Amino acid sequence: MASIQEIQNSIVEDFSFLPEWDDRYAYLIELGQKIDPLPEQYRTEDNIVRGCQSTVWLYSECRGDKVYFKADSDSLIVKGLAALLMRVFSGQNAEQVSQADLTFFEETGLNKHLSSQRTNGLMAMIEKIQSFAFKCKNGEV
Amino acid sequence: MAINIEKIREDFPILSISVNGKPFTYLDNAATTQKPQSVIDAIVDYYRNYNSNIHRGTHYLSNRATEAHEAARKTVKDYINAKNDHEIVFTRGTTEAINLVAFSFGEAFVNPGDEVIVTGLEHHSNFVPWQMMCERRGAHFRVVPFDENGDLRLDVLKELLSDRTRILAFNHVSNSLGTINPAKEIIKMAHDAGAAVLVDAAQAVQHTEHDVQALDADFYAFSGHKIYGPTGIGVLYGKEKWLDAMPPYQGGGEMIDQVSIEKTTYNRLPFKFEAGTPNIVGPIGLAAAINYLNTFNFSDIIAHEDAVLQYGIEKLSKIKGIKIYSKAKKHTSIIAFNMAGIHHYDLGTLLDAQGVAVRTGHHCTQPIMTALGIEGTVRASLALYNTKDEINILVTAIQKALKMLGK
Repeated sequence: MASIQEIQNSIVEDFSFLPEWDDRYAYLIELGQKIDPLPEQYRTEDNIVRGCQSTVWLYSECRGDKVYFKADSDSLIVKGLAALLMRVFSGQNAEQVSQADLTFFEETGLNKHLSSQRTNGLMAMIEKIQSFAFKCKNGEV
Repeated sequence: MAINIEKIREDFPILSISVNGKPFTYLDNAATTQKPQSVIDAIVDYYRNYNSNIHRGTHYLSNRATEAHEAARKTVKDYINAKNDHEIVFTRGTTEAINLVAFSFGEAFVNPGDEVIVTGLEHHSNFVPWQMMCERRGAHFRVVPFDENGDLRLDVLKELLSDRTRILAFNHVSNSLGTINPAKEIIKMAHDAGAAVLVDAAQAVQHTEHDVQALDADFYAFSGHKIYGPTGIGVLYGKEKWLDAMPPYQGGGEMIDQVSIEKTTYNRLPFKFEAGTPNIVGPIGLAAAINYLNTFNFSDIIAHEDAVLQYGIEKLSKIKGIKIYSKAKKHTSIIAFNMAGIHHYDLGTLLDAQGVAVRTGHHCTQPIMTALGIEGTVRASLALYNTKDEINILVTAIQKALKMLGK
């Protein structure tokens, strides 16, 4: 499996082919539409990520030294962003996830296009992913 | 005489910027309005030429700053037609003004078993302070509901008002839906029951009638930044008889008369409610904004804003799948809507990408969203500089967004 950094690089490359804003959003929306719907049993209160205008559910799993994530949202754009996070983090080594430096939002310029990350819940999602990975690494989950 | 919209747009320098490579279309005026050059100039002039602490100085600059600050109080007084300068208390904004009344009025006049009434149309800042006061004073918190059109249920208000009602707080204009509540009628109903009334005018003072004596409001609160002035300055108007009878909200400098270990006596109005060095430049900027508005006939502003609003509702109504929530009997400046099957955040984001600024979410009015059974809305809100052309830009941008979202 490609490393976290390699995946981030490939996302940056994907976006470099999409210089126009509408192509970028269309791509995010497409990613959002393609994400597997989260099974109903994972749409629990515990899995809701707070601090979002839209509702985001994040299901996390710790298996061995790896972490796995599934996400869903009622906003297609947020779902597209979540899909990118899944691509970067799901199936990776827990320790590496907990320490990862997320650079692709800046490098793709997505951070400038999207209104504050607090509003769309991205920061909250990333925090939840990394703190889960930290607990997984320490055998706390 | 119709207003000259091109000239007005030139008065607001920020309106000529571009966003995401597109001309900037600012339709988030209920959140905050842009500032005319005269307001920006007044603020710069203060800091450049006469910045100084006020009221106690013995020097030239202090006198000049004090004069400008107090002249601003008079400008505000005239704008809302208060009887006296000292009935104008400067605050940080509407929120602080309401908190001040909720605290000080509560301390003086609200006792266990008394009742406080608000409405289901309130912004959280005219809801939560009263809930907190009721908890503190052991009073009952009552809420007047609204109907499916966003009009208040005055029949329920009538039932709720009683000789136990100490105060009724309501917004003249709803920030979420744009409903203009029948303020005069509501105030009369409350007064007939012996209750005092606070009017949250944050969304009204710039869009509709704002004569506190004609309304007969006991308290009237608004924010500078929503009426083309700076942030961090707000106004609380209170009838002298109430303000005199209320204890101070905060202690500190400015608000005292004599201080000793045994006892402190308080300054006269309005300074009793203005502890600490105030926001000196805020009122100066606010007065510049009011002076700017005073260059127009206010009825022309209302007529222009209403024309753009009606045009907006007419145009937006034609978009397939739209649901418009702003449909009260009388309403101003705000169009709240959703598109079927589309999340408000997605629509807001795609509008932003096209240079159109709107607000999305619950607009600090979660009880309204709960009553409507929705998570949030897209809200386009107008000011005097908005045009029908901008409505057309909004409509085109919505259509493009719908296409991108597969609708």
